Parts: sequence; C-alpha cells; structure tokens
Amino acid sequence: MSKRTSKRNTPTRITDHPILQFNRGREITFFFEGEPMKGYEGETIAAALVANGVKVFRYSEKHKRARGFFCAVGKCSSCLMVVDGKPNTMVCMEPLREGVRVERQRGRGKI
Amino acid sequence: MIDGGIVIVGGGPAGLCAAITAAQLGAPVTLIDDNPRLGGQLIKQTHKFFGSKSHYCGIRGIDIATLLEQQLSATPTKVILNTTVIGHFKPNILGLANQHTFTKLSYQRLIVATGASENTILFENNDLPGIYGAGAVQTLMNVFGIRPGKNVLMVGSGNIGLIVSYQLLQAGINVSAVIEALPKIGGYHVHAAKLARLGIPILTSHTIKAAIGKEYVTGAVICRVDKNFKPIKGTEKRLKVDTICLAVGLSPLVEILSQIGCEMVFIPQLGGQVAWHNENMETTVSGVYVAGDASGVEEASTAMLEGRIAGAHAAATLTGKFTEAEAIINQAKFELAAIRQGPFGEKAAKGKEKMMQTVR
Repeated sequence: MSKRTSKRNTPTRITDHPILQFNRGREITFFFEGEPMKGYEGETIAAALVANGVKVFRYSEKHKRARGFFCAVGKCSSCLMVVDGKPNTMVCMEPLREGVRVERQRGRGKI
Repeated sequence: MIDGGIVIVGGGPAGLCAAITAAQLGAPVTLIDDNPRLGGQLIKQTHKFFGSKSHYCGIRGIDIATLLEQQLSATPTKVILNTTVIGHFKPNILGLANQHTFTKLSYQRLIVATGASENTILFENNDLPGIYGAGAVQTLMNVFGIRPGKNVLMVGSGNIGLIVSYQLLQAGINVSAVIEALPKIGGYHVHAAKLARLGIPILTSHTIKAAIGKEYVTGAVICRVDKNFKPIKGTEKRLKVDTICLAVGLSPLVEILSQIGCEMVFIPQLGGQVAWHNENMETTVSGVYVAGDASGVEEASTAMLEGRIAGAHAAATLTGKFTEAEAIINQAKFELAAIRQGPFGEKAAKGKEKMMQTVR
C-alpha cells in the first residue's frame, strides 16, 4: 500500500467536467499512518483518502478482512478509522482538518 | 429543553418540501440533517429531471437543491445541520447528537424524511474495498470531484445504474460493462441508449459471481443466469476492473419510526419495511408523518410531493389553516397520481395500494 499512498499529484482528482465545476477549499496537509498527504478543506477524510489512492480503511474484527469506503452517507460503518487517536470515527462524515492524524483501525477500537 | 414545533428529520427533497410548505402555512418548523449542507441526494444528481414543470423538469438535481434551499431560507425555519437523530424518548422527544454534544428536542408534530440506504447483494468477496454503493460513487465524483477508480463494473441497470454509468464516463472513468440479472434493462431507455451509443455493453441476464482481489478489488467474475436467476456454468467471464459499483436498489431508513412504535408493514414494491401511513402521510402514531424514500423507495419528484402533503397536513393540525392546506394537499395528490400512472411509477403505485388495503 505505501507505494500507492506516496503518489503525489494523483490523477484521481477531476479537473475538467462537462457539467460541474469544483471549487475546492484551501489545500491542507493531514497524516495517514504517519505519512503526510494533501487534501482540501470542505471535503471529508474519506474523500481525501480515496483521492490519495488509499483503499483500505480498516480491518474487520473477526476475520481481519480489509474494508473500505462503501456508502458515503454515514450508514454502513465500513469506514470506521482512528482519527487523532479516537477510534470508530466515521470518516465519510468527518470533515478533513489541517494536521489531522488518520490511522487504519484494526478490529474494535480501544478507548 | 427546546421545542421544535414541527420537527422534520432529513433535509433532502421530501424534508425540504415539507419544511417549506409547513413554514409557509405559518407553523414553527425545525429541520434537522446529518450533513453539512441541505439537499440530501440532490446535491450529487447532475442529471436533468423528467416530468412536468411543477416537478422541475429539465432542471438538474443539484440546481433543484439550490432552489429549494432558497425557498426555505425565505421562511423562519430553524435549520440544524451536522446532527443525527439517535433516538426517541416518549412521549415526543428526540435525542440529537453532533460531534460534540447530545441534546434533546421536543416536537408537536414529527415528519420523518430520512431517505433510504443502499442495498448490497451476495457474491464472493463482496466486502472488499473498491466496492461502492452507487450513491457513494456519485458523492465522490459529483460532490468532491474525485474518481473512485479507473475501470468500473456497474451492477444493476435501473435508472440509478444507467445514470451513474453515464456520469462515470463524464468524469473520465471507463465503464467496462453494466450487468443486469433480469432479461431486460430496468431503467428508462433514453438513459440506456446514451450508454449504448458510447459502446458500453449492457449485459442482461448476467450477474456478478465474485470480486477478485486480496486487499482491494482488482477484477470481477461475471456470468450468465437462467430464467430462475441461477448462474449458468461455463459462462463465467473475468473483467479487469478496480471498482465495482452496486446499483441494486435501496431500503427505507425506518429506525426512528419503528422506535416510536409506528406500525410497520413489509411491502417489497416499496423497498421493504415501511411505516404504515394514510393518504396524508400520517403514520399510526398521531402527529408522526413520513415522506419520501423513508415511506417507500420511489424518486425525488414523488418525494417532494409527499413532503408537501405531510408538511401541509402537519401544519394545518397545528395552526388550524385547514382550507389553505387542503388546496395544497389536493394539488399534490393529483400530481402524485399522475406520476404514478406512468410505466415507472406503477411499482410504487402498487406498493402504496397494497399498504392502503392493510386497513389500520
């Protein structure tokens, strides 16, 4: 994964679109598993991670299966991660903040 | 504790229309949504709507969201964003949670317009990262301008599957194929034709057998199905995709309604478990209403009309403006019936009819 996540100027951001214009907010730096990444103010942590090529958000409790971004509306709990040390954070609803530290969650979070 | 007057849960098309209508009839209204902005699923819908002028035909969903927001801001409605309703306390109190606090809000009338959640289907490895609900793909690419992947397999050829496939192409993403278990395309042919013209195969009588990948999706196995939807051996085909998008239907979000004690009925045509409601969208608990996908999965146009009915009726019972409300309700009912007469409204019409026959 680290090879994927270290990609800069990732091509996954849409710049030209026939209908939409994306007025992105201020560029901000955050950390995924200790590695600095760029995102934009106004997007969610989950969106910023996908834009940086991160696919695995957590590992399930029993079978340690990889889980990623699924519903994007705070309903499925597939995207629970550890955010600034706080486990079980639903990153599809959590806004991206300057310097926020995001880590993959393994199993149940310890509070 | 604060009293919210008419409290509306959900700021999508149904909730917004309910709020606007109720507030215009002079009722005190509080609208709650768990997102940072109003509009619900409209904020990711770049396609133009069908129907008549009063249903915003020819206007894109994203622009309808803005229009409704403007209408709402002309009323004194109180809007609470980034907040989730996490429970109901008897007799008429909601528990609200945001990132920092828990608060309670009492209501005199409640309109539940919570929408629906995406369905999934059974296949090997269906939990791998890289498998998204169609709504999530729309959120990523149309709200945030992010491509979920480079090569997508679309599962489901209903209107959502077809529209989102076209939007993927607009965003510069390749759609390998659209597969459909039924022997014919589910959605409007005008949407399917757009894909066909661009050479995207729409494979009917096909299903997904497995997602390939260890940590995330690297491919998919699809196969033909027979009349009984059983996979036909020897027809398996591997597709090299990094994303699988599921557009296989929605289920109403009814948790609060069932917690309140509204009588629930199971109606497949409406997406499953729904709260029984009468013509005025009132549930079996007096003063508690439902509108939009939460009352049966349909479409944004009907959600807006149901919202108007619920909002008008709730407001009238509070303010006494029955004559004004009646005119709004009758007009909305007339338009609802017209939409449901069409070939794509038939399913929901049957579902609602079935519910009405379950006398309460």
